[in-house]
Amino acid sequence: MTLSRGARVALRVAMIVGLAVIYVPLLVVLINSFNADKTFGWPPTHLTGEWWTRAWENGGVRSALWTSVKAGVGATAVACVLGTMAAFAVQRYRFFGRETVSLLVILPIALPGIVTGIALNNAFRTVLSPFGIQLGLFTVIVGHATFCIVTIYNNVLARLRRLGTNVEEASADLGADTFQTFRYVTFPLLRSALLAGGLLSFALSFDEIIVTTFTAGAGVQTLPIWIFDNLFRPNQAPIVNVVAAALIVLSVVPVYIAQRISGDTRAI
Amino acid sequence: MASTTSPGGPVRRLAGLLHRRPSIRLAGLLSVPLLWLVVAYLGSLAALFVTAFWTTNEFTGDVVKVFDLGNFQDLVNESVYRTITLRSVGVAVAVTVIDSLIAFPMAFYMAKIASPRAQRWLVISVLTPLWAGYLVKAYAWRIMFSGSGVLDWFLRPVGGHGPGYGLPATIVTLAYLWLPYMIIPVYAGLERLPNSMLDAAGDLGAKSFRTFRTVVWPITFPAVVAGSIFTFSLSLGDYIAVRIVGGRSQLIGNVVYDNVGTANNLPFAAAVATVPVAIMVIYLLAVRRTGALENL
Repeated sequence: MTLSRGARVALRVAMIVGLAVIYVPLLVVLINSFNADKTFGWPPTHLTGEWWTRAWENGGVRSALWTSVKAGVGATAVACVLGTMAAFAVQRYRFFGRETVSLLVILPIALPGIVTGIALNNAFRTVLSPFGIQLGLFTVIVGHATFCIVTIYNNVLARLRRLGTNVEEASADLGADTFQTFRYVTFPLLRSALLAGGLLSFALSFDEIIVTTFTAGAGVQTLPIWIFDNLFRPNQAPIVNVVAAALIVLSVVPVYIAQRISGDTRAI
Repeated sequence: MASTTSPGGPVRRLAGLLHRRPSIRLAGLLSVPLLWLVVAYLGSLAALFVTAFWTTNEFTGDVVKVFDLGNFQDLVNESVYRTITLRSVGVAVAVTVIDSLIAFPMAFYMAKIASPRAQRWLVISVLTPLWAGYLVKAYAWRIMFSGSGVLDWFLRPVGGHGPGYGLPATIVTLAYLWLPYMIIPVYAGLERLPNSMLDAAGDLGAKSFRTFRTVVWPITFPAVVAGSIFTFSLSLGDYIAVRIVGGRSQLIGNVVYDNVGTANNLPFAAAVATVPVAIMVIYLLAVRRTGALENL
């Protein structure tokens, strides 16, 4: 295309500056995790690996990480079932209010987290307390699953739209019943869509703090809650920094998996 | 497996029933998701909305279940809430403008100038930080803005110093947090813009800026608006980033949070929470005509 040389150079510079702005703060966190100075004076004068060992041995971090994993897996499992069911209903049937389902699924993520948070908190306390169920991991999973449904729903819906119904009809013609068709034909074709949606759902849950604040009881601490609770304590600063640095390093993992999945789907 | 293959087994009979009656199939598929989203979620929201019209007893702190518009009257009449609402909207607008100014050139370079191979890598490198998480990134900027931090060190040679914690730091942090949510829709919008149109504009004598103003901008505007829905609504509801880098500044989210927590006044918190929801609904209705919602 016909761009003047000046415009081309300006856009290239904007791209490089933009990427620098995105990555510099993250690099600073990574470098600071080795900074021997507890108050993170910049530039660091001495480097140390001590904070990483201390964070690794920190019981609070470990149990918070484990809670986060349990909440993420639980919420993703619930969201997979509910999201797939809703996607099937919307994609394969015509019914009154069909258009509204998409809106309904998006709502929990479109509304500010604090609105969802206090609404669920209020409902849990009035409805579940009489049954002796207190706020805890269970209510966290329920809260997270509510806003995770949309990721599964969108992925499965897009996949179902692309698949059409031909293979399922062929399977029925060959004598498979509804469940067999789902188990041997539809589900394998949905698997990569579920994996992609599930990955996103787990990441959403793993990162969530606002809804968690309002749905977790006193004893339940996910990793984001742990970070936030310790963020303002000066003597915990190096440990918080190491946890942040570790999460930055780990963020490459889902990107790698997502790339593998998208490579797989292109092969189909 | 044995039960599903035997012709008369209960599973097979159920499968047959489901096959003959699509309505039962549909009811089965819809029942649980709708029970969850309509009864549990919308029910909770409705209950919260009703709570906004109740009050709390000043002495016992118990909720008084009598219809009362007092919460909304306080919200409108007391100037502190008007100031905080305006400040929150201002922050959300500033974040949206900053993000679109940064995102547009980046997305344009990614979509139209970079080679296909570089394009793939640029998309990955813009998206990867998204997975690092909200708190990690807000924390990173807390370190950047801290008293002896990087910004201070960077600006000292030219005689300046970092802005410290406060509203500007909050705007920068929020703009950083939501930047990818703006880049991706704009990039997708620019990718859909055919190169031949740019060539045609050039052939007809338009220079870069004129091509941008008369061809590129009108076509990609809905994509920018789509991105702005994310940046605007996510900024409007935020109360965590402002606590991390905002010093003593308060946004709507903080008022809601403080009323649930320390003030123990859920009815008033519920009334305040309707403000961002109402602003978002108005915003969505306003941008619907641009076709932005199809660009999400």
